[in-house]
Amino acid sequence: VYVRRTQFTIFFRIQNHCLKTKSKMATKSTGDIEKTKSIEMKKKLNVLIVDDDPLNLKIHERIIKTIGGISQMAKNGEEAVIIHRDGRASFDLILMDKEMPERDGVSTTKKLREMKVTSMIVGVTSLADREEERRAFMEAGLNHCLAKPLTKEKILPLINHLMDA
Amino acid sequence: MQRQVALIKQSLFDQGYLDDQFMELEELQDDANPNFVEEVATLYFKDSARLINNIDQALERGSFDFSRLDSYMHQFKGSSTSIGASKVKTECTTFREYCRVGNAEGCLRTFQQLKKEHATWQDRRGLGRQHVGPSKERDK
Repeated sequence: VYVRRTQFTIFFRIQNHCLKTKSKMATKSTGDIEKTKSIEMKKKLNVLIVDDDPLNLKIHERIIKTIGGISQMAKNGEEAVIIHRDGRASFDLILMDKEMPERDGVSTTKKLREMKVTSMIVGVTSLADREEERRAFMEAGLNHCLAKPLTKEKILPLINHLMDA
Repeated sequence: MQRQVALIKQSLFDQGYLDDQFMELEELQDDANPNFVEEVATLYFKDSARLINNIDQALERGSFDFSRLDSYMHQFKGSSTSIGASKVKTECTTFREYCRVGNAEGCLRTFQQLKKEHATWQDRRGLGRQHVGPSKERDK
């Protein structure tokens, strides 16, 4: 007696903020039985945090970690530029403080855009900043601007937008 | 013991020393990172001690470099905002306003108040740590 089996594979779309999932289907045929193998490759959200304040670096790093991402830190704009100099840096998101020594957020953002960095750059400003300062920061090449203090609730909508793009 | 710590913390909120941002930090703490808030607070007090010292020295010199003072206070305000130190943040804002108009006496007065608020919080934090002991013991 010959028994033919049927195998089903069901895929669920999972809403996860920080996993980019690629599914690769490999099909292997063995006689009358088909085996389907699914290989999932997961990529975590990769974030560069640029801030001269060690406290902010610690807090922002923790926020990114709790939403499932990984982060690298730069203590000022010049470090952020150096990180991108060899052209191999690839960040999904850059959190850019505005006021920093060596090279501030405006100058750093302009420089990174000149270097053809296409990461989403989110400026982090103080509530005390004047409107024209914020505008100048946006015009330097930011995608978005957020006011301190940063929280998970402020960052998540941007990450959702990034994931949907 | 836990109750004492909770009461101390609640009093800091009730009296306006801490705001919602501190609660945001508490939400970032979990079993994998049980000391996160303590680490952040330690970092804050270390950095704020440095800034207070810098400002003290700048004011003692007598010649008011308002631009430099404003820069120090900008940093202080930034970290106070990040940790939720509400009263300290308010004094930082007032100080910066006095810097903008070049009011030396206002700066001096506000700075004294700022140091007082900062010290009160630090003292109460010290009380809380005495009650609880090292972080590991909190989970027992």
